[in-house]
Amino acid sequence: MTDMIQATPSAPAEPSSWFGRFLDSDVWASFKRSKLTMAAAFLTVLFLAAAVSAGFLAPQDPFDPAQLDLLNSRLPPLWDAEGQSPFVFGTDEQGRDIFSAILYGLRISLAVGFLGVAFSATLGITLGLLAGYFGGTVDAIIMRVADVQLTFPAILIALLVDGVVKSVLGGQLDAATTLAVLVFSIGLSFWVQYARTVRGSVMVEKNKDYIAAARLIGLPAPVIMFRHVLPNVLGPVLVIATINLALAIITEATLSFLGTGMPETMPSLGTLIRIGNNYLFSGEWWIVAFPGVALALLVLSINLLGDWLRDALNPRLR
Amino acid sequence: MSVTQPVLSVRDLRVEFVTRRGVLKAIDGISFDIGKGEVLGVVGESGAGKSVTGSAVIGLIDPPGRIAGGEILLSGMRIDNLPPEEMRKIRGKRIGMIFQDPLTSLNPLYRVSEQLVETIRTHTNLAAGAARKRAIDLLAEVGIPAPDRRIDSYPHEFSGGMRQRVVIALALCAEPELIIADEPTTALDVSVQAQIISLLKRLGREHGTAIMLVTHDMGVIAETADRVAVMYAGRIAEIGPVRDVVKNPLHPYAKGLMGAIPSLENDTDRLVQIPGSMPRLSAIPPGCPFNPRCPFVFDRCRIERPEPVQHSQHRVACHLYDQSPVRSEAVA
Amino acid sequence: MTERPYVEVNDLRRVFDVSKPWLNRVLEGGERQFLKAVDGVTFDIKKGETFALVGESGSGKSTVARMVVGLLPPTTGEVIIDGVSMSSRAASGDRQRLRRRIQMIFQDPYASLNPRWQVDRIVAEPIRAFRLIEGERDIAARVAELLTFVGLHPADGKKYPHEFSGGQRQRIAIARALASNAEFIVCDEPTSALDVSVQAQILNLMRDLQDRLGLTYLFISHNLAVVRHMASRIGVMYLGRIVEISDGRELFSHPKHPYTRMLLDAVPDVGMTGRQRIPVSGEIPNPINPPSGCTFNPRCPLANQRCVAEIPALFGGVACHAVHEGRANAHAA
Repeated sequence: MTDMIQATPSAPAEPSSWFGRFLDSDVWASFKRSKLTMAAAFLTVLFLAAAVSAGFLAPQDPFDPAQLDLLNSRLPPLWDAEGQSPFVFGTDEQGRDIFSAILYGLRISLAVGFLGVAFSATLGITLGLLAGYFGGTVDAIIMRVADVQLTFPAILIALLVDGVVKSVLGGQLDAATTLAVLVFSIGLSFWVQYARTVRGSVMVEKNKDYIAAARLIGLPAPVIMFRHVLPNVLGPVLVIATINLALAIITEATLSFLGTGMPETMPSLGTLIRIGNNYLFSGEWWIVAFPGVALALLVLSINLLGDWLRDALNPRLR
Repeated sequence: MSVTQPVLSVRDLRVEFVTRRGVLKAIDGISFDIGKGEVLGVVGESGAGKSVTGSAVIGLIDPPGRIAGGEILLSGMRIDNLPPEEMRKIRGKRIGMIFQDPLTSLNPLYRVSEQLVETIRTHTNLAAGAARKRAIDLLAEVGIPAPDRRIDSYPHEFSGGMRQRVVIALALCAEPELIIADEPTTALDVSVQAQIISLLKRLGREHGTAIMLVTHDMGVIAETADRVAVMYAGRIAEIGPVRDVVKNPLHPYAKGLMGAIPSLENDTDRLVQIPGSMPRLSAIPPGCPFNPRCPFVFDRCRIERPEPVQHSQHRVACHLYDQSPVRSEAVA
Repeated sequence: MTERPYVEVNDLRRVFDVSKPWLNRVLEGGERQFLKAVDGVTFDIKKGETFALVGESGSGKSTVARMVVGLLPPTTGEVIIDGVSMSSRAASGDRQRLRRRIQMIFQDPYASLNPRWQVDRIVAEPIRAFRLIEGERDIAARVAELLTFVGLHPADGKKYPHEFSGGQRQRIAIARALASNAEFIVCDEPTSALDVSVQAQILNLMRDLQDRLGLTYLFISHNLAVVRHMASRIGVMYLGRIVEISDGRELFSHPKHPYTRMLLDAVPDVGMTGRQRIPVSGEIPNPINPPSGCTFNPRCPLANQRCVAEIPALFGGVACHAVHEGRANAHAA
């Protein structure tokens, strides 16, 4: 049957696994080439592991007032002459172990970061897909809203949402509601970037002929959008999401530092820095220094990963 | 004429690309000459190395690529090992360049007059007024109507064909000895292509400029070139006078290539078809690179690389035409 | 000749609005601009035949192709395939059934296959969309059969498009077009992105498939030699109109329209036969602001007052006043 239509000799595929292909890819090769990226990845994984296993690693539960002892308050780090075991990084004014507080605070910071990114990415990708695929009026409305959104700084939006929620629910919010408010405000501040990027990519992809081929067999628009267009525009989204994760963590820390974020009873890294800030001039430097270093390292390594990802996924830059 | 030196002489040129998967040989030992006023067509399919050859001659091989061996001589002077600064002076002055997309050679922000006058004054010692007059003459020569008015237009105000004419004028500014034209008509419509081809041919003849015409289009070569080099997988399979190669190709690849082109004159039910496709640079077979696709393949082709041998007017790299005894180590 | 043609294209027109955005028009002044990409194209194709549209850039040939398959709605005019109108007035059930029988092969095999999908999923998509075969095992068998059919290996289905060369990708695109048992395939410059030796493989494959499956082709190309090799009837397009339509052999041996003659003369002489040719002059005008009357008149050696004033009708296979008036024969070689 095939002798009539002369076959091109194409080697039978060696069915390679998804993982095998990844190890052979340029992305993995560029990862192995950059020592800095490997260090950043190592630190990020370390932070993630520490946050996940905070319950096992921390000598005390800093969210549990029953475990705190005021007699242990404001102890310096262990290597200082006045330091006491098990408080490696010293304690704050409530006798809370700084090391344990960092581990638990990391958990909150990362949770807010990941949830905020997930929320903003979902919102941004959906709106970007709609704007790019349908164009016209839909596009105009979505992108004008995005423009207006961009004129408000993220902090302002977060303060606004926080204020509105507080005035609606009245007075102090419990920790879970605060977390939700943080995630919502961060998501609302960051969706524009996803929407713009996705819209741009969709407008390029939708004119390619594989989309025409899909339209030709009568597939409805939503099916084409999610099955064909979406997987092809996710590359840049991954880069933005990584860089936004660092931004979201910083925003959460800023809000907590300003006092509209996580309460002192359930501190995030930002809250710890705010608490420590009060004691900086009385010589208790460790309360602010260790959470500060942890936050800086976390954000730096995530940012480095994001930068590398951007270069690795975009061969034109290399 | 006594013994004339070729304008361009390429000897055993090798170009490699260093990648993380190993060294890829993009050009693997090619040699050719181009004489004064001669048009050499370099033809091949994508991946054959024809454009890389052009880039090597003008010294524009960027890392990870590098010239790994051989010599390039411009009128007897070696240019492949010149420092970048020296090479920049030669480009434009002694070697003109024409690329597929005229917009890569023209700056969209400057008027054509500014670009032409600047190029002329960089390479000659003409005063501004004289340079402008020369620029207008050049535009007239490449067939741009009303050149004294059109010279002050911006590149985007010209049509595609006219733009390519401006690029040709730009390449001619310094009266170069050699012009490298890389797919100069590929982006143009057939009717415009025919005009550009005849222009190139006329200019080469009138100015005595040597032209290296790189293209995938055998038709353009047949119309324009005096001699043609057929490239395959980084090597020259066959080189010879264009009429001979077109009408009586010797190398099995050249034969297949000629038969594969649909003709305006003859009715054929099926086109000649070479099975398979050009090997990737990372998987060039040993021996003759064409051996897996060749209908006349025999054992020697799979082991020993064929060297170019003279056969009537052609030089052909194929064991079918090699009268020399089989090398002993190849048999062993 | 009483048999109804398989594809009927009646007076197809397509106008694109190429005006600047509304706000820019208000601020900068400037009028709305329209581009008549296709301006009254009529032709028909018999079952099992290859009809080609040939023309240079801006001739509107690809726009016609997209309107024929229904990717682009015509401004006016109608496409009727096997008696069913492709316009929205027809019952949608009929059109959905018709859609299965029409497929398209695109120019750029690097853009016409979804880069994130494995080849077997790409080829199976029409089968799933039209529910032609139920059951994964049967679909997989059909996909393997299709891949073999176009000269690939069934195991190639597990690879991604980027692992193939241009010619192999075009084979995949052909397999996808055949997957829904299409009868009518519109080929938009299917080989212009390919090398000559690969082009020969694909053209041979397309002819073999036509012989075996009785396919009907609408073949769009700028390459006259390819068109001559493939088509039994040919329409020559210039600036949105068909200027000459005729039997393939006749068009090449006795071209009538001055543009057709010019186009044939412009094709490089690969065979080096040394045939006599008239040099070509001029370029294609801007289609936004085409010349009045016959759009070819500024480049035409036979143009007179009437050609500038009056658009020639397609009559006797040619749209040219000079041919209709008998002035062209003196010029013919």
